[in-house]
Amino acid sequence: MAATLTTLPAAQVLGVSLLYLGLLFVIALVVDRRAARGRSLIASPTVYALSLAVYCTSWTFFGSVGLAATQGIAFLPTYLGPALMALLWPVLLVKCLRIAKRERITTIADFIASRYGKRRGLAALVALICVVGVLPYLALQLKAVAASFTLLTTGRAEAHGGLFGDTALVIALVMAVFTMIFGTRHLDATERHEGLVAAIAFESVVKLCAFLAAGLFVVYALFDGAAALFAQAAQDARLQRLWSFEASVGGWFDWSLLILLSMAAITLLPRQFQVAVVENIDESQLARASWLFPLYLLLINLFVLPLACAGVLLLGDAVPADNYVLALPMQAGASWLALLVFIGGTSAATGMIIVETTALATMISNDLVLPGLLHRAPTADLGRWLLRIRRAAILIVVLLGYLYFRVAGEARSLVSIGLISFAAVAQLGPAFLGGLYWRAGTRAGAYAGLALGTLIWAWTLLVPSAAATGWLPAQWLSEGPLGIGLLRPQALFGLDQLSGIAHGVFWSLLLNTAAYVFVSLATRADAQESAQAALFVDALRRGAGEPAVALWRGGVALPELRALLDRILGAERGEAVLQDYRRRRGGTVDDNDPGLLQHVESALAGAIGSASARVLVASIAREAPLGVEDVMHILDETSQVMHYSRELAARTEELRQANQRLRELDRLKDDFISTVTHELRTPLTSIRAFSEILTDNPDLDAAERQRYLGIITRETERLTRLINEVLDFAKLEQGGGEWRLEPVALAEVVRDAANATAQLYVEAGIALDLEPIDARIRVRADRDRLQQVLLNLLGNAVKFAPRGLGRVQVSVTADARDACISVRDNGPGIAEEDQALIFEKFRQGGRQSGGPLTGKPQGTGLGLPISRHIVERLGGRIWVESRPGGGATFRFTVSLETGA
Amino acid sequence: MQQPSRRSLSLAVLGLVGFGLFNYPLLSVVDGASGPLGAPALLIYLFAVWAALIGLTLWLRR
Repeated sequence: MAATLTTLPAAQVLGVSLLYLGLLFVIALVVDRRAARGRSLIASPTVYALSLAVYCTSWTFFGSVGLAATQGIAFLPTYLGPALMALLWPVLLVKCLRIAKRERITTIADFIASRYGKRRGLAALVALICVVGVLPYLALQLKAVAASFTLLTTGRAEAHGGLFGDTALVIALVMAVFTMIFGTRHLDATERHEGLVAAIAFESVVKLCAFLAAGLFVVYALFDGAAALFAQAAQDARLQRLWSFEASVGGWFDWSLLILLSMAAITLLPRQFQVAVVENIDESQLARASWLFPLYLLLINLFVLPLACAGVLLLGDAVPADNYVLALPMQAGASWLALLVFIGGTSAATGMIIVETTALATMISNDLVLPGLLHRAPTADLGRWLLRIRRAAILIVVLLGYLYFRVAGEARSLVSIGLISFAAVAQLGPAFLGGLYWRAGTRAGAYAGLALGTLIWAWTLLVPSAAATGWLPAQWLSEGPLGIGLLRPQALFGLDQLSGIAHGVFWSLLLNTAAYVFVSLATRADAQESAQAALFVDALRRGAGEPAVALWRGGVALPELRALLDRILGAERGEAVLQDYRRRRGGTVDDNDPGLLQHVESALAGAIGSASARVLVASIAREAPLGVEDVMHILDETSQVMHYSRELAARTEELRQANQRLRELDRLKDDFISTVTHELRTPLTSIRAFSEILTDNPDLDAAERQRYLGIITRETERLTRLINEVLDFAKLEQGGGEWRLEPVALAEVVRDAANATAQLYVEAGIALDLEPIDARIRVRADRDRLQQVLLNLLGNAVKFAPRGLGRVQVSVTADARDACISVRDNGPGIAEEDQALIFEKFRQGGRQSGGPLTGKPQGTGLGLPISRHIVERLGGRIWVESRPGGGATFRFTVSLETGA
Repeated sequence: MQQPSRRSLSLAVLGLVGFGLFNYPLLSVVDGASGPLGAPALLIYLFAVWAALIGLTLWLRR
């Protein structure tokens, strides 16, 4: 049956693969160049989300179909977990990002070590777990590439080629070179690898497109759509059982455990931490990732089961199920599609290899090699050495992966290899989560949890794997070591109800967590540890842009500091670091500045990891070690300072607003004074003019003299009225004056007011209509004040109603609580924007045009504000209804006398 | 930015709800049956919930 597969010449496949890898180089190079010119491409949230899809490796591309062919939906938990985790990112990952940016975290090992007091031992342990745990996973990628290459070129399924011309090795080496170039561009590992991330995002697009193309081709070209495919599958005895859950992972508990395991993996895998945290540009990138990444996962899983069914139906056992994706197009003779699928699978593999080795190389160089080097090598420019170590580490890791694949990777399916790696990094989970949310977690606890968890992991998952390849006696599995049945690796303490992976995960995580918690509770943290615990757990309480808290007391001699910087970062970078600090401090740097030590420590941490940076700076600092209380004191101080400064900012804002209000009032007062003085000047001018006439012309006849004296008297009265109004208003403003509240018959007050102004109306030729008012309406008010309001309104109305044709109506209505008095005129009306303003003090209504001397009615403009004061003090409300040209109706309410 | 925002918390709760929907006992309801297109109902159910979660995330993110 294998003979029916259409193959392609090896040279052609290898050529296309190398071309594709060349394209990756070009993309990475171009993006890096652009980044160097300050035009970042990876700041796009879409690129970020796509780079997260480095999660989908050969395991996804080839392995999922392989798994689905025998176990149905068992392939899904691996993606459901991350899809759920993406929803927790806004809470969890944001915290990690804050911490990582402030502490200049470079890897997951650095993160955990930094949380528990920046100790190199812990960093080394985590690094070791990562390297050992992830190696099988790297091997898996190489195996997948090798297997698909062999299948595509020979039509045979075995992964072995000769050692020379071994594609896996070629691809591994090309990948190593790529990673060495783009993954170690800067010594400072917290700086982003823009080219690398862009290449990864591109690979994510390629693998998704290739997989979807294969899926669409198989479902719609080889079958008549999904319904036809499933109908055929339902008839097949091998496939029918895939419809039930029982065929999949073993049990419901296994299923839940696998979802949790993949949730841990998406957070803790070194490459995921690299793309999600270290390469992150801005927290805002998370927003799109939290739906785009789950969507990506959904799409790449859409065709897994259809492909698996098609594979079983069309290929059966002719090729391993892990190769169905590639073999199906080959069998159909679609060599172009087969080539595309091969490239897609290679994308999936290479993307993983590139990022994983970058992260692992940083861990190996910073946490495993450097501590030994620091004490022995007095070399200048350690930084360059460090980069060389990193590059060597990349090569070594890739070759180790290859070795693992050659030695041990043959026997097992892709998914089972990958899950062992997942379980390994999941051991970091308790220390990681506890570190983020539990202040009492201690370093001793972290050590205990990690060590015990990893031990159980090795026993329950590695040993069976080794026994299967014959490295360890097989009866360990069946009878237990030395015949102790309770220690059987696959049925530890007699637990044989769970599938292999779930069994291992259950025991290792359970004991890991228990050890972490209990040892943490039994031990006390030292100063450095407590400080880091507080900084991590309370990370969100501190602002996003705040620098790290200086956990140093005392200073350092500048030349020593300088020498340290030069040794690690090189003279140029070293100078830049100091300059940077000077700039931030605005000038000089002081020997005894703890902030400087912190700054240098941070700068070094980005390059060599927080643990080594701490050790180096401590070695030159002139200080007694801080005690726990000192550290807590520093932290309290800074948090208090921050609290105060926040409060200060709020107060400043309040003051600024108050100041603005005062300025506005001041301006209005000025306006008012100029208005009032203007008004006062008018009568004064005429009084003075007529007095002068009288003085200069003593021989004026009596009638003339009498007329002039009359004018002077009227103008004096007007002056008195104005001054009274101003005084009155001032008194009202201060809330002064005696008020006598008593029942007042409204009809009487209105009549009195009308009588008082009757003369004005007659003179102006304006009709005043009083509608009949129910004499029983009595309000509770101060009679004189109420009358003053009415007089004001009537006085206003007569001023604005047109002479000769004017008409003013007064009416009163009452409801259960209030009486409402209306004064309507048929004057020019008031523009809407002025209707509220005319009641404000110091403002004169805009309903008259022109300045104070051209037709403006007499008065200070205080009539309405005074009225408003009175009405409001009587518990009522005053307003105007009007539209320009339609007259104006002033209304106000007064409470009815209830006792009457 | 002192504490996670309301929106972040509602997404997190959505995640917890999702975990419930992706597990026993709800999965046992559709176990073994055939759904639309004759595909396993289990698969269709999981994909449908998944898509709904993505849709809700988008909606909450507006």
